[in-house]
Amino acid sequence: MAGGLGYGEGVQVLLDESAVGLRWKEVAAEIDDVVERPAVVAIRRGGVALASELVRILGDVDHGSVDIALYRDDAATALPDPKIGPSVIPFDVVGRDIVLVDDVLQTGRSVRAAIDALLDYGRPRRIWLAALVDRGGRELPIAADFVGFVRTVDPKKRLRVESREADAQLHIQVMSR
Amino acid sequence: MTTPFPHRDLLSIRDLSPADVIQILDASEAFFEVSRRPVRKVPTLRGKTVINLFYEASTRTRTSFEIAGKRLSADMVNMSVATSSVKKGETLYDTCKTLEAMHPDVVVMRHSASGAPAYVASKLRCGVINAGDGMHAHPTQALLDAFTIRKKLGRLEGLKVAICGDIAHSRVARSNCVLLRKFGCEVNVVGPRTLVSDDFAEAFDVNVFHELRPALEGADVVMCLRIQQERLGEALLPSDREYARTFGVGPAQLAYAKETAIVMHPGPMNRGVEIDPLVADGPQSVVLYQVEAGVAVRMALLYLLASDEAHASARESATR
Repeated sequence: MAGGLGYGEGVQVLLDESAVGLRWKEVAAEIDDVVERPAVVAIRRGGVALASELVRILGDVDHGSVDIALYRDDAATALPDPKIGPSVIPFDVVGRDIVLVDDVLQTGRSVRAAIDALLDYGRPRRIWLAALVDRGGRELPIAADFVGFVRTVDPKKRLRVESREADAQLHIQVMSR
Repeated sequence: MTTPFPHRDLLSIRDLSPADVIQILDASEAFFEVSRRPVRKVPTLRGKTVINLFYEASTRTRTSFEIAGKRLSADMVNMSVATSSVKKGETLYDTCKTLEAMHPDVVVMRHSASGAPAYVASKLRCGVINAGDGMHAHPTQALLDAFTIRKKLGRLEGLKVAICGDIAHSRVARSNCVLLRKFGCEVNVVGPRTLVSDDFAEAFDVNVFHELRPALEGADVVMCLRIQQERLGEALLPSDREYARTFGVGPAQLAYAKETAIVMHPGPMNRGVEIDPLVADGPQSVVLYQVEAGVAVRMALLYLLASDEAHASARESATR
């Protein structure tokens, strides 16, 4: 697997670390403006790094993560996810404004699953959605409230969001292949 | 990419690689969390049918599977012998064919004959989980014990585990020995000569003892097994009281093990026989945690074995 330098053939940097870093700070500021007392919930595993960056910028906010493997609409027919992990929601969601965070928004199916997962913990006042990249290709009527970048990407191409921790900072970049 | 779970059935721990075991335990973590939520149900196996086929008395294992299936939204059907056609003389083969016609996705089976679940698995297109067969195997118990050990002690590798009591009649002991040896644990089995035969050492690559103290010394895990009154006559054990005096685990015996040792029991317990109430209810006991782990591990197994794709992929890898 490519990591750091020396990517394989056909792999391109779609968004580099500085672009992502700057834009994500702006997204955080938008959320801070619009959402009152937000709680941040990552969609595992892609949204985790972005959500923790958001939590760092927003300061003292409730946060957690949901694993959607058990809520996928193909859970009973597709191969079981061998890397399934626990959801961690260490606060009461009832009446809260929750910002779901994911890396790439495409079909909308993950978001649908994440909303269902979250509702099993209680009834939030409102669920918002923040995504780093909206690449188009929706298969469900779902839209993000906060988007880092809108990029139409060939449906055959895969996007990969890579994050690494260095100098006490999170560096995130988006690769396409 | 990660590899999918490569099995269609769970019949014995012997069929699993260490990586398979780890995959089941890791998945179980997710399901453990589900059982501690306010809404203890996920939609994962909606529309799937799981049949509990129990030819032998069982309350806790059957209930554990039933709760596991229900928390995954599967339809759980219980068939117990007392009320079934087996009493009317139906063969296992015909029962299999009848079950097949009902299109179950997983059959969970307990039988007093060793190998019965393997036979049923060879006849059915769906997955089969062995919930205990004769004195052969009880793989889900070994997996839930491994989950408990890993959670409580932080690892599975290289631990010293003492298994005490009626080893000879115990499928729990056999499955645990096989699993723990896969992870390089030192396993001591201990009990009276009538209940622990010396061949066990070679067959399972474990140490056999007929005295508690040397078996328990330095142990990380002390596992007590029930004296299976229903499986043994008076010939093997003079009396419960005598057994308790020589092989019962009380505070004095537990002191031979490490201070950090955990005490396990698959249940049901005979208090005051193989385990002293002071130990069973003591701070080192993880007996009730085992019960909770059992539901999580069985949810993970149903999840891994019930999907159509899982069957297709396991069949493919089986044909090589």
